[in-house]
Order: sequence, then C-alpha cells, then structure tokens
Amino acid sequence: MSARDAILDGIRRNRPAGDFPLPEVPLFTPLVGEDLVVEFGERLQRMGGRVAEPGAGDVFAGVRERLDAAKVVASAVPELTGNRDLRGVRAPQEVEDVDVAVVRAVFGIAETGSVLFTQDQLIVNAVGYLAQHLVVLLDPADIVPNVQAAYRRPEFGRSAYAVLHTGPSATADIEGVLIHGAQGVRSLTVLLLPRGAAGRG
Amino acid sequence: MSVEDLNPREREGVIHPEVRAGHDESERAPDGRRLQHAEAASKPIRAPQTREPQPRGAKIRGDRPINQSEAAERFLAAPLHQAAHDERLWDLRKKRDASAHGVPEWEELRELASQIKTHTLSHLDRYLEQFEAAAKANGVHVHWAKDGADHNRIVLEILRSHGAKTLVKSKSMLTEECGFRHHMAANGIEVIETDLGERIQQLDNEEPSHVVAPAVHKTRMDVAEVFAKTLGTDPDNDDAHYLAESQRETTRPYILKADAGMTGCNFAIAETGTVVTCTNEGNADLSGNVPPLQIHSIGIEKIVPKVEHLGVFIRLLSRSALGSPITQYTSHFRAPRAGTEMHMVLVDNGRSERLGMEEFWTSLKCIRCGACMNTCPVYRRSGGLSYGATYSGPIGLIIDPTFNKRKYSTLPFSSTMNGSCTNVCPVKINIHEQIFAWRKVLVEEHQIPALKQGMMKAAGAVLSRPAAYRAAIGAADSALKVLPRFAVYNPLNTWGKKREMPDAPRQTFHAWYKQNRMKDTGR
Ligand code: SF4
Repeated sequence: MSARDAILDGIRRNRPAGDFPLPEVPLFTPLVGEDLVVEFGERLQRMGGRVAEPGAGDVFAGVRERLDAAKVVASAVPELTGNRDLRGVRAPQEVEDVDVAVVRAVFGIAETGSVLFTQDQLIVNAVGYLAQHLVVLLDPADIVPNVQAAYRRPEFGRSAYAVLHTGPSATADIEGVLIHGAQGVRSLTVLLLPRGAAGRG
Repeated sequence: MSVEDLNPREREGVIHPEVRAGHDESERAPDGRRLQHAEAASKPIRAPQTREPQPRGAKIRGDRPINQSEAAERFLAAPLHQAAHDERLWDLRKKRDASAHGVPEWEELRELASQIKTHTLSHLDRYLEQFEAAAKANGVHVHWAKDGADHNRIVLEILRSHGAKTLVKSKSMLTEECGFRHHMAANGIEVIETDLGERIQQLDNEEPSHVVAPAVHKTRMDVAEVFAKTLGTDPDNDDAHYLAESQRETTRPYILKADAGMTGCNFAIAETGTVVTCTNEGNADLSGNVPPLQIHSIGIEKIVPKVEHLGVFIRLLSRSALGSPITQYTSHFRAPRAGTEMHMVLVDNGRSERLGMEEFWTSLKCIRCGACMNTCPVYRRSGGLSYGATYSGPIGLIIDPTFNKRKYSTLPFSSTMNGSCTNVCPVKINIHEQIFAWRKVLVEEHQIPALKQGMMKAAGAVLSRPAAYRAAIGAADSALKVLPRFAVYNPLNTWGKKREMPDAPRQTFHAWYKQNRMKDTGR
C-alpha cells in the first residue's frame, strides 16, 4: 500500500465517532472605532510600523529622507520611478541590494494594522523581505475593519502568493529585547495615498 | 535622521555602552512608547552580569525513561537562568491575558476554533484529499510520508533530483520531530536555520526548548558565548542588537545562495491547497520566496477547511502566544513562482493512530501557540530542555507518550494539575485532564517507576473529588505565579521545592467565574 493510502486508511479506521458539524463563522463586531484610518495607523504603530501622510506638493515628502538616503530604490508603483526595474528581475537574489522597495497594498486591516500584498503587487515576492526598508502605498478607502472581513476577500483563494505584513520584521529571541530588522525589512512605512492620485517621483 | 532610524550597528557607535547598559534597549514608537509586539518583554529583563553556565537539558539514554526531575533540579540550581526564564514566560502569559481581554468574543473564538478543528479531524480523510487535489491543480507536487524517516527520505530525494546541497529552513516543530537536520547532515546536505532562536540552538547543538521562543532558556551571555565560538563575534559584547544583527548578516548569504528553502506550516487550507506560515522575523517568507526550490512540511492535523476559518485561528494564535494581535508576517503560499518547483509533504508520524485514541485525539487540535507552556509553573521553573522531547510543557506531556510510551512515561507526572494550561488553550484542549488520563494509563501498564505511584495516589485522591481539588489549588494568578500549590502533595518533585508558599487566593478561579462570567454570558 502506498503511504498515501495507508495514511488515509488509518484515518478512516480511527475516525472519532460522533457528529461534529462545521460551525458558521460570524464576522463579529469590529474591535475598532468608526474611523478606520485612525485605528489602522494606531495599531500599525504598535506593531512597529509608521504612517505618513502624502505631502501637498511632493506626495512622497514624508518618506523623502528615506528615499534620498537609498542607493537602490525598487518601485513597483506608477507613482514613483525607482532605479531598479523589478520587471526585469530574473531571480529573487538580484534584489538583495535594494535599500528601499515601494509597493502598493491591496488593502489594510484596521484591527491589526496589517497590509496585504500578492505576487502582483510585489512583482518579485522576495523584495518584500530582502529590501532594507519598505514603503507601502495604501488607499485609505482600502481598509477593512477586521481580520474576519479580510479573509472574506477573494485574493487569498486566487493568488499564488498572498501575505499580510504588519510592521517591519522583528525578533525578541534574546532576553525579550525587541529588535526591528530580524531577517526581513528593518522598517515599514505606510503612506496613505489614494489610488490614482497624481504623484511625482 | 533620529537614532531610531539607524540600524543597530550604526546605533552602537552613537550610544555609549555605559549609557546603554542596564537600560531598556527595546524598540520604541515615534512617541517614545515602548513597543511590545513580537516576543518582546513588557519590561526589560537584563540578566545580571554574573556569568552562570547554562544548565543543559535532560540526559537522553535511548528508550530509558526521561528523568525530568533531575534536569529540573539542575535548572533550578542555576538561579539566574531560572529567574529569567520564569519571568520572561510569565510576562508572555500576562500579555496573552491582556490581549484576550481586549477581544469581547474571545470565548466564542475559542469555541469556534475548537469546533472547526473537531469537525476537520473527524473528516480528515476527506479534507486531505481535497487539499491534495487543490494543491495539484495549483501545480504543486504533493507527497505523503508515513513517519519521520519517510519524510526525510522524500525530501532528500527531492533535493538530490535537483542537485541541491544547501537548504535554508524556517522554524518547524514537525521537522524536529523527524530529526530532519541530523538526517540531512548525515547525507551531506547543509541545513541552515533562519529563525534567530533556532539558529542559536543549532549553533549550540541543542534542540529548541519552546515552540515559539526556541532559545528562551538562554541568557544574552549564553548567546554571546555561542556566537563568539561559531560566528566569530566579540565574546565581550552581549548587546542583544549586536548579536541579532550578527545573525542577520551571517545568515543572509546562506539564504541568497541556498539551493532549496523549507518551511513548516501553521495552517493548510483544504479548499485552496494553501500553506500558511506565521512568523515575526520574515524567515519563512524568505525561505519560501528566495531559493529556486520550495518545500513545505505539513503535519496532517494542520488542515482547516476554508480560507474564512483562518480569521478565527489567526486572531487567536499570536494573541495566545505573545499577546500581539497578529504576527508580523502571515504568508499564504498557494502555487509555485514562475520557473520554480513547489513541493508539499503531508506527514502522519503517529497522528492517524492518535486519532483513534479516545482520550487523547483532541490533542491534535493544538496550534502550537505555546500558551500552555508559558502559564505552566513546572515548565517555567524547569526549562523546556528538561523534558528531553521535541514537545515540552503541558501539551508535550500529552503528545510525547504517543511517540514513545516508555521513554516519555514519567513526563505526565511533571504537572501540578492546576488546570491553567486548559484555561489558556485557544483551541480548548482539556490538557490537564488528558495529563491525568495518561497517568492512569501508564500506571495500569506499569510504565512508571514505583515512586511516582505514590504521587499518583495523592493526586487521585484529590482529583477524584473536583470540589476538593478546586479548593486545593485555586487558579488565581498570585498562586499560579509563585508556586504550584499542588506541589505540596508531591514532595518528590524538585520543581516544587525551594519556594515560599503563596497566600491562598481569596477566591478560586471557579468561584470567580461562577460569580462573574456565568452571569455575564447568561450561562
Ligand atoms: S495545547 Fe493549546 S495552549 Fe498548548 S500550544 Fe497547543 S494550542 Fe497552544
């Protein structure tokens, strides 16, 4: 018998007796207040991320310092032209020298301060981790109240890769000292920028 | 740019060591608030500067029963380690409480999680078939492994067929169960752990001691010593930032050049064939997204039916584990990246057999949050390595004997039976009752030494009368934090020694619950 059949056979033989129906999962009343943008920002900060408002002239004013300090900027958004073309990348290893990656989130979650990317936003999945810093564009209209609502979205069922990022990478494996920049990015800044808003880069 | 914007190495040059020492080095929010996500302690725990050698774990002698008490004794004899360990884990437990209290539907979520798992486990054959079909339709190679050896053989074959020699791995208890790393080493495959805690343990030739914080039993000085020996860091620099940064810098080249990447799996979605991983460090995400060959090891009990069920589990997992609302990264791997291969290995390793154990099958619901360990007075005082098994703490006491009844026969006695583990478990496993059930089984089968049988009688006398048991222990935090009161009934257990008796709680948990919660919920 193949391992597969042996395992399934064992499961069938040992199936716990009883009728155990699958419960309905309610959406639950969101833990957050009405103003999803404020709640999102507050919770993202608690997870180590930062929020920036778009500047009046230069929408990237809030992260301009970060961009200017970077040698390699990989942009996956039309609002900004970087100096590393992600569409031309053949292997993920090629983005290891990226200082700042700029990516648009599909949506945000107010309950946790998370943002969602799929392979379509990241273009090269690895850039979300190998870059030293991440700048995320998020349309304030794209914030859902809670995790339960997020998992009703279609992206999870149809994307090859989908990921929730909640602040920068972090560790506290040594005596509980919190350190940002464990293996992934050292910082994550969300710029609240509506889709299609004019930008200059 | 402010100091916060600097990376740790740059920061080192900015902050004078004397100013830094003894201060809280954890990251802060822009408003100066101390951040507490990931595994962060809510107050700084700086181990005293006195050097104390790290106590080593239980001595393993083949199938001979593990002497947890002996290893616990050694851990207790290292007061700096013992105190730091206890404090750190109790802190996580408190953060878990605060987080749970912030979610009004917490009890409902636990009930839902438990029911979803019960349903899935009782229809597991169907859901596994559905998962396999979905994964195959996504272009994923699906393998089935009866046991650890099978798993290792399958992975080795995949690696060999690609000529792969190096593999980066992110935390996975399942591969620990399979002895994966050792098997690969014996076959000329280099395996690099990418999680900081796991990497520390790998470099020190130790197994992880905790499912969420693998190196929680080590002080910063222990880490400095290990890294100095293996990574060539400055032996006198025990700054946590410096040490973590050293690991980042030395692990990154391995990630970039690895032939294959492997991750474990927190949840597997039958509906879509998706593997979900939750980490704070971003290491599973790197392991899955950088190397050209991607392998996911999946315990068959990790299946949940649909994407929408993730909402329940994701909300419970990190809150129960660390007190944070979610981990920094929740990755959903569904199909291979263009031009690469993705493999999933579905591993049984005793799980289908456990499904048929009437009293113990619900332990398969476990989502490995570690909450039961963090709250367990015995675990906090003994260290995870004292259990001499892949799984330690309360959940380990139930799972381990299913792997080897003789070797782990004494473990179910390493419990005060205070029931705190059961109270915190996000999937409502009746942990302490199963521990008790194991004691009965092991006594009946004479798997346990005579001296434990006396304890068994004392335990039985109290446990057979629930009212007396409740009066005897109480679950108030004051008692739980200081001493397993029940330990007084077990003078033979070392983890009950050397502590003052706490004040008896004015009101037991059950009394409080009856008075408050039952009224609230109308139950
Ligand atoms: S038994 Fe429950 S509390 Fe313990 S690790 Fe598993 S899910 Fe968490």
